[in-house]
Amino acid sequence: MSGIEATAITSPRKVDTVEQAATSPDVQQPWAELGLKADEYQRIRDILGRRPTSAELAMYSVMWSEHCSYKSSKVHLRQFGAKQPATDALLVGIGENAGVVDIGDGWAVTFKVESHNHPSFIEPYQGAATGVGGIVRDILAMGARPLAVMDSLRFGAPEHPDTPRIVGGVVAGVGGYGNCLGLPNIGGEAVFDACYQGNPLVNALCVGAMRHEDIHLAKASGVGNLVVPYGARTGGDGIGGVSVLASETFDATGPAKRPAVQVGDPFMEKLLIESTLQMFKEHLVEGIQDLGGAGLSCATSELASNGDGGMRIHLDRVPLRDATLSPEEILMSESQERMMAVVHPDNIERVMQICAHWDVTATVVGEVTDGSNLQVFWHDELVVDVPPRTVAHDGPVYERPYHRPAWLDARQADEPTPQRCPRPGTAAEMSEHILRLMSSANLCDREWLTSQYDRYVLGNTVAAMPHDSGVVRIDEATGRGVAISLDCNGRFGALDPYAGAQLALSEAYRNVAVSGATPLAVTDCLNFGSPEDPEVMWQFAEAVRGLADACLTLGTPVTGGNVSLYNQTAQTAIHPTPVVGVLGVIDDVRTRITMNGARVGDAVLLIGRTREEFAGGEWAHVIHGHLGGSAPAVDLPAEMALAAVVRGHSRLITSAHDLSDGGLAVALAELVLRNDYGVSASFADAEADAFTMLFSESVARAVVTVAAHDVDAVRAACELAGLPSALLGLIVAEQSLAIDTDAGRIHITREELAVGWSGALPAIMA
Amino acid sequence: MSARIGVITFPGSLDDSDAARAVIAGGAAAVRLWHADTDLQGVDAVVLPGGFSYGDYLRCGAIARFAPMMGEVIEAARDGLPVLGICNGFQILCESGLLPGALIRNNHLHFICRDQRVRIEAGDTAWTADFAAGQEIVIPVKNGEGGYVADARTLDMLQAEDRIVARYQGNPNGSLRDIAAITNESRTVVGIMPHPEHAIDPLTGPTADGLAFFTSIVTTLAARVGA
Amino acid sequence: MARIVVTVMLKPEILDPQGTAVRGALTRLGLGGVADVRQGKRFVIDLEGALDADREALLTKLAGELLANPVIEDYQLQVEA
Repeated sequence: MSGIEATAITSPRKVDTVEQAATSPDVQQPWAELGLKADEYQRIRDILGRRPTSAELAMYSVMWSEHCSYKSSKVHLRQFGAKQPATDALLVGIGENAGVVDIGDGWAVTFKVESHNHPSFIEPYQGAATGVGGIVRDILAMGARPLAVMDSLRFGAPEHPDTPRIVGGVVAGVGGYGNCLGLPNIGGEAVFDACYQGNPLVNALCVGAMRHEDIHLAKASGVGNLVVPYGARTGGDGIGGVSVLASETFDATGPAKRPAVQVGDPFMEKLLIESTLQMFKEHLVEGIQDLGGAGLSCATSELASNGDGGMRIHLDRVPLRDATLSPEEILMSESQERMMAVVHPDNIERVMQICAHWDVTATVVGEVTDGSNLQVFWHDELVVDVPPRTVAHDGPVYERPYHRPAWLDARQADEPTPQRCPRPGTAAEMSEHILRLMSSANLCDREWLTSQYDRYVLGNTVAAMPHDSGVVRIDEATGRGVAISLDCNGRFGALDPYAGAQLALSEAYRNVAVSGATPLAVTDCLNFGSPEDPEVMWQFAEAVRGLADACLTLGTPVTGGNVSLYNQTAQTAIHPTPVVGVLGVIDDVRTRITMNGARVGDAVLLIGRTREEFAGGEWAHVIHGHLGGSAPAVDLPAEMALAAVVRGHSRLITSAHDLSDGGLAVALAELVLRNDYGVSASFADAEADAFTMLFSESVARAVVTVAAHDVDAVRAACELAGLPSALLGLIVAEQSLAIDTDAGRIHITREELAVGWSGALPAIMA
Repeated sequence: MSARIGVITFPGSLDDSDAARAVIAGGAAAVRLWHADTDLQGVDAVVLPGGFSYGDYLRCGAIARFAPMMGEVIEAARDGLPVLGICNGFQILCESGLLPGALIRNNHLHFICRDQRVRIEAGDTAWTADFAAGQEIVIPVKNGEGGYVADARTLDMLQAEDRIVARYQGNPNGSLRDIAAITNESRTVVGIMPHPEHAIDPLTGPTADGLAFFTSIVTTLAARVGA
Repeated sequence: MARIVVTVMLKPEILDPQGTAVRGALTRLGLGGVADVRQGKRFVIDLEGALDADREALLTKLAGELLANPVIEDYQLQVEA
């Protein structure tokens, strides 16, 4: 029997108060339906010294959920702090809304990637749109003007009939929200693989900038300071399971009216951005938090917990869209486009003026107190009285069991040998394989998708897709800017999660480096299956360990990120997909390097070592559907050496393109497709056979072009850095890819490459 | 004394700062104007920037067109004040009747952002004085509701009166007769769907071809003073 | 309380790509013989108090100026309650 009276919506609702909870200890409460375990429920009772009220139960259940508390991942994520490399660049580390990095000249940059996976399967447009909205608010809450977004998307098999629904909705949602906010989309990735069929991944990144002194934190301190939610009115969005606390089962008027899907309003968020930045500019805000997962519960408990006092909130003052919401529902609502500011009483009038100017609803609902608890009132009745730290930061910590999967040895032993995966022997066969790779779902032209994103708004985009990293100018006067790349290869993770995470970091690091930027910091979005599966949990633990170890070696700390678990359908989990974002600084964006800009007659150099490494690569996947073997060897010192060579010779390098998916064949084909010149090369002096040179996916390699008279200088620098280099050939006027091999001459015209490459994605969507 | 060009910000305007930057790069001073005010501050011309004013709710530009500042702009435009409406600004000009026709959803239903080849057809409007008729340029187009429509009579009239200012080469959105920009009878008000303010510097845009729109108005205003 | 419903449709001669897309989807989902689909908007306006002649005249004017763009749209206004 519930402790709450079941009442129809038309009669006054009886609320479960603290007083009532103290005097009715034996009431049955639906803690199991809310996702809590028996010991967790008992712990809440121990913390409070009584049973929780209905509202308190709702708060704890949502804040202690996996999504909000990271209970399964915390023990592993601690490594990011424990193994953090020493660096002067980190201004704000893990634990705040987003990490903040010093990029010089008094500028700070904040960036983070977050997931919105499960909602994107249910309602692709809104799931993706609200994902973008959420991450933008996190950046805004740090005190920054949001400057750009990126997206890393994963969809199911290209030929599956449900795939277009998800692709179309997600891309329209990312574009629809970001474009309307006025944030350029500067890059990302889109990957197709059957393992994501029922579990698409939408990871959204936002980057913003501010001056050092403008960094804001999510804490409420200063007794008497006012608590002011502003933005959209609160409705019943995303309440989901909390409705078990409401009286809906007794509602005679029909099915539950509590939508599980959150609907975004980018126009409101644009107003939120402008009004918030105005408040920052005038130094009116003591602390600020955005309302995301768990809405008001999260914002109030986190602000209070991070502060030095308590907080008193009058929930009935929160502006509502739906007057029938119960206090529990208001606390849990995930209505979008809301922020919460802590404002000194002297500043409140000006804050209200600014909000009125932008037509943004703002209401004082409470204040910071000198007590220690978070107290929430509903029309003068106390319904929540909790120590905020216990809600926001002292959630359960699970030590989930994990073990290496039994099947992994067999998978790692299943190398793509010539017997298992017959290789092309003639130039004609190699050409055919190159064409098949370029028209495959994961390597084909992404124009259909990226043309739905505004890349120009704000006028500071120096490089966007399809460049290796997105480059944004931060300071118009000096040209200082940042380069960001977001990468992952789930197949490498499936072969070896430790290496897979390191390879994702390597790829993002390399992408930033070849633009001439200096990599500084990392954000990550760890997408995995169910933590209740010990084999998945092992994959997660290994990936975190790999990422933390590699960040330490590269000197780039993890500044913040996100974990998304339970990405699986029945027993089939997605590949371990640790998406890694690397941010680098570039002193003057005018010196950035892209894959355009070579001149006919320039030499084409391959820098880095090529080994026979095809496991998990595109050739084995596209040609043979094979996934097996050992992932390519990670070589972090070589990545750093490559970065240093490129950065040190940026004036001599006329264009650069890193090697990753599909190896050298794809990199050269892309150079031909993306320019109005061609490549004429030879493998005569190459360190391996033609097949290996074309399709190996060894790390730490890039193709660079330099004027003929600069070749020796660049090659000498490579040698000094311990990097092999090979003079592959020349940039030529004829728009084709021509390679002399001992199996014959490969010659593919740009037109031949373009046919399959540009038509593949539209064909999937047709 | 340099020319002063107002750039109006509506709730949801996105390319207003970019328009202001382009105005300055073109040699004028940018005066930022707020939609709810009614003082045009004596500017010599006005730019209605791109974006999603009012979220594009109801119809693009439908609500912005009733803004207090737009009341002033409409009156001043009828008196000869030059106005450039870019993208959402073009939509607002059509909704307020300063230009004929309307903009509807792109025929392929997607938002499209790409570097667009455009042919300047009329080099004698207040905003294209520095172009030669027939000049081909590349500037970004980025819109979801960029399809220009008008009835046949209007289209014929625009053509006959040489009021089609620019046409697409490779139509990105289904605009009738490939119309990318048009002007009013007095050739002072121009609506353009692509974004010249995003092509003023090859560092951040495809070309610097868009700058001439902003130098043209300075040329035009200087000629007025001199005349 | 007065309730007025205003329905706005694109004029017949205006291209309606959304309607076309819906027609394609209906057909693909098994509905045969779909001759045409046009997509429009329906505004349900609840006014406090009664609807006198002045208010109705103003609303009619606004329907034609704000709710519909007369260049490309037609509207119908119906007083329900």
